[in-house]
Amino acid sequence: MTEVGWWESFRIYLEFTWEDLLALSIEHALVVIVSVLLATAIGVGLGVATYRTQRGRSLVLAVTSTFLTIPSLALFGLFVAIPGLGLGGRSVVVGLVMYGLLPIVRNTIVGLREVDPAIVESAQGMGMGRTQRLIRVELPLAWPVILTGMRVSTLVLVGIAAIGAYINGPGLGNDIFTGLARIGSAGALNLVLGGVLGIMILAVLFDLLYVVISKLTIPKGIR
Amino acid sequence: MNEGQGAGSAQQGGRTKIRLENITKRFPGQGENAVDELSMEIPEGEIVILVGPSGCGKTTTMKLMNRIIEPTSGSIFLDEEDVTKVNPDQLRRRIGYVIQQIGLFPHLTIAHNIATVPRLLGWKRERIAERVDELLETVGMDPGQYRDRYPKELSGGQRQRVGVARAMSADPDVMLMDEPFGAIDPITRDRLQNEFLRLQEQIKKTIVFVTHDIDEAIKMGDRIAILGEQSHIAQFDTPERILVKPVNDYVADFIGRGASLKRLSLSRVRDVELHQWPTVQETASRDEVHRILESSDRSAVLVLDDARRPVRWVNAEHLQRGPEGRPLREIGLPAEAVVQPNATLSDTLNEMLTARYSTAIVTDSSQAYQGIVDIDSINEAVRSMRRAETGRLREQRLDDEAEVSS
Repeated sequence: MTEVGWWESFRIYLEFTWEDLLALSIEHALVVIVSVLLATAIGVGLGVATYRTQRGRSLVLAVTSTFLTIPSLALFGLFVAIPGLGLGGRSVVVGLVMYGLLPIVRNTIVGLREVDPAIVESAQGMGMGRTQRLIRVELPLAWPVILTGMRVSTLVLVGIAAIGAYINGPGLGNDIFTGLARIGSAGALNLVLGGVLGIMILAVLFDLLYVVISKLTIPKGIR
Repeated sequence: MNEGQGAGSAQQGGRTKIRLENITKRFPGQGENAVDELSMEIPEGEIVILVGPSGCGKTTTMKLMNRIIEPTSGSIFLDEEDVTKVNPDQLRRRIGYVIQQIGLFPHLTIAHNIATVPRLLGWKRERIAERVDELLETVGMDPGQYRDRYPKELSGGQRQRVGVARAMSADPDVMLMDEPFGAIDPITRDRLQNEFLRLQEQIKKTIVFVTHDIDEAIKMGDRIAILGEQSHIAQFDTPERILVKPVNDYVADFIGRGASLKRLSLSRVRDVELHQWPTVQETASRDEVHRILESSDRSAVLVLDDARRPVRWVNAEHLQRGPEGRPLREIGLPAEAVVQPNATLSDTLNEMLTARYSTAIVTDSSQAYQGIVDIDSINEAVRSMRRAETGRLREQRLDDEAEVSS
């Protein structure tokens, strides 16, 4: 197969399968979005609960870092054995949430701790309770940092989500694993390439999405 | 404290607004009390200054009043109601609070910043919008221009004004201010202080004001509490009396040298008798100017425009030197060192020292000429102030002795 032939073959492959690839990409994106949203809810919650105390912070950061050291293939494999999770999307989402926590928790803690104490004190002095201060002042001011955490988390998960196909998860990983299983046969390379390219394009699109989200949600006063 | 004026009670003046009773604060892990058995009364409608060296506990004392710092023991009364145990958030909404860093919310517009407390109190949207505009005007900022800006788009002085507006938003009777002018350049600070005093004349709030700067204390305070370590009150009295009769060496040291000079910050131009200076309209002929100069013992005349605003100093030499046809407005020297009746004598003296005829020109609010202040007027003012205070102290001592002997 010559260089031109290889490229030509992939082009023809895309022409015939782009609809399937698009469907897989959408699945892939949905799994990532659901996981990031869950990781954000849990991560921001953990950050808010622990940012004030040294011990709480260390504990939460240690645990969430440990998650990241578990090889993803092994973690997904473990989940298959757990009743209620098993094969499929649910296990994938749980795994992705675990991997996505660290950047979000860490940035939530950093963001909240970076808020100028004078601003918090003046909020307190005006009669805002602890919850009001958090919701109206501290979280909005920490938001740009939290959002950066979500962005990092999203990019990590777009990659890891592909591994989910190993346990029958949705998304572009399916093409990659199928292709890898048939390596050497005709069309195997195209399958892998299609999946990888799809993941790269998704990553770029997510990044652009975050640019838009920043523009829309970060108040002009702190941009 | 055994000195007469040393006790933490206001000896004269109106109702007590805030009363601290044996307040003690000990921070965890510290051997000494940060504030030790402090009792003091803050009279209604006055600016009370807490002043002392760093670490004396003045800021802690102020923060005990709105319970940003909770007292270890003792009681706090607001309008004679014990507020030591009430909901602190409710309490704080009744008390304006301005800190040195101002602490504006950077993510909110100026309007939203000012609206903070009214929103917490659940005011209607229209009422809040009205109040925001009103307050911006009160602190001298155009609502249309600044309402929708963000704090980072304002200068330090403007942020400080917004901070004050925000503290006044729900019209609290009491305002606590912790070095509110501390982080501002001296020229702007001076202007803001004057503006604030003018504002206070209208709003008549009870204000507790913390500073480490005795000059600021003398300028701003109706009453000054000079604090020593652990917030022990060394002297709590009017600025005049603290300057004339410091109760001990600690207070005297703290005031420092130049008490007479400091006293100049206490009097304003409107309190002294203005002297007059020969003036002419700018349309006057040169002969007329010559005539006035000859009949006066002053060496120059002050030229006023048709709205009686001072424009130039002109003396005989200027008249000769200038070409014949030039209007009076274009010869002589510019009329500098212009002050208004609410300027302090200290500021006025400062202007005079650099001015041409050792004279400060006094104008009214429309900049029309009123008269002049010279070194004699200031000298006289200082001497009469001193006489008045020593006289009052002597009377008081006689009263005290009479009380003791009876």
